[in-house]
Amino acid sequence: MRLITHNMLKCHVRGCDDSSKNFPLEIQDAQLEQIEAEKNDAFLVRMFPRLEWNALVSTAKNLSINNLPEKIPENIEEDQALLEILHTVLLETNVKEGRMVCRGCGHIYAIKNSVPNMLLAEHEI
Amino acid sequence: MSRPEHLAPPEIFYNEDEAKKYTTSTRIATIQAEMSARALELLALPENESMYILDIGCGSGLSGEIIEEEGHYWVGLDISDSMLDLAVEKDLEADLFLQDIGHGLGFRPGTFDGAISVSVLQWLCNADKKINRPLYRLQRFFSTLYSALRRGARAVFQFYPENDDQVQMILSTAMKCGFTGGLVIDFPNSKKAKKQYLCLFAGSAPGSARSQKLPAAQGIDGEFSAPNSLRTTTRNPKKKGQNRTPVKSKDWILQKKELNRSRGDKPVPHDSRYTGRKRKTKF
Repeated sequence: MRLITHNMLKCHVRGCDDSSKNFPLEIQDAQLEQIEAEKNDAFLVRMFPRLEWNALVSTAKNLSINNLPEKIPENIEEDQALLEILHTVLLETNVKEGRMVCRGCGHIYAIKNSVPNMLLAEHEI
Repeated sequence: MSRPEHLAPPEIFYNEDEAKKYTTSTRIATIQAEMSARALELLALPENESMYILDIGCGSGLSGEIIEEEGHYWVGLDISDSMLDLAVEKDLEADLFLQDIGHGLGFRPGTFDGAISVSVLQWLCNADKKINRPLYRLQRFFSTLYSALRRGARAVFQFYPENDDQVQMILSTAMKCGFTGGLVIDFPNSKKAKKQYLCLFAGSAPGSARSQKLPAAQGIDGEFSAPNSLRTTTRNPKKKGQNRTPVKSKDWILQKKELNRSRGDKPVPHDSRYTGRKRKTKF
């Protein structure tokens, strides 16, 4: 799972509706993998407003990626250096193994071979 | 028609053996590819822009390959880990999730520019486990999908409904969750090529005041020959040989006579207006 998709992901356990806690899912024991992707600035600029910046920065820090600016950047279409960083962080960083934990309900989503297991138990649906 | 959803729940039915068929059988692959391409066409995405697409029930990634070819980014969900294993092996540029869509989707509001799904929806209508209540699962699925889509985005589902009640149940549930849209039936007169697509619109895009219109179906007027994926050439509706030119046409006869005259070894009748003319049948 790439970090761009992690930024879109919240806990979907029934009743876990507290938006301050069900997003972002905390990544633990992660094994990261750098994958190669074609650069697509237009896509990044389009997706930028959909990103939850604070969640992205905290997740990245958690994975010891420290080159993102703390404050929400402006005019990113002109900032080539930032687009380069965003491209590597969002589209080329893949979580291969590990788990995601919801801070609200504590559900653990295991990630195996880049595929997170989003199945829920009977009492969670 | 065999209905795999009557045999076992999807995560059990699509085991390694069944999943293997999706890589070895070219027939399954072409049919799936055709339906994915049509679903993508019905999404009506703007051209030359990379979009963020959700593939519901991506399986081994056959439909994802089509999405990728169009230059879009995609996220795939499937409940069968055997199928997902195949997709992972393909090294697709996508994020895959092992997910039961009846549990709802966990995406933030307004994430995706569109969603496609090939041959999945009928599985949701099955109460294959004691805890599965189809109506509840459909509701949970459609409501979470509605929120995960951007306003004005579309979701296109190719599916094989078992009967009209099922279509009604799916449609009314989707409408209750806020979608508009309806059913597009391609080749409704052909038993084999008939394909049903549920086209749902998640609101209309900001700025465009017009309401979304349902796309036109294929193969309704005039197109009697449904494209059969197994047959590459289309059958000619005309009878064989109707526009075939006769071998011994008038030109051919004149040419032959001219040749014989120049050789001069046998008498050649002169040319007249009766030369090479078709005789009446009673003669």
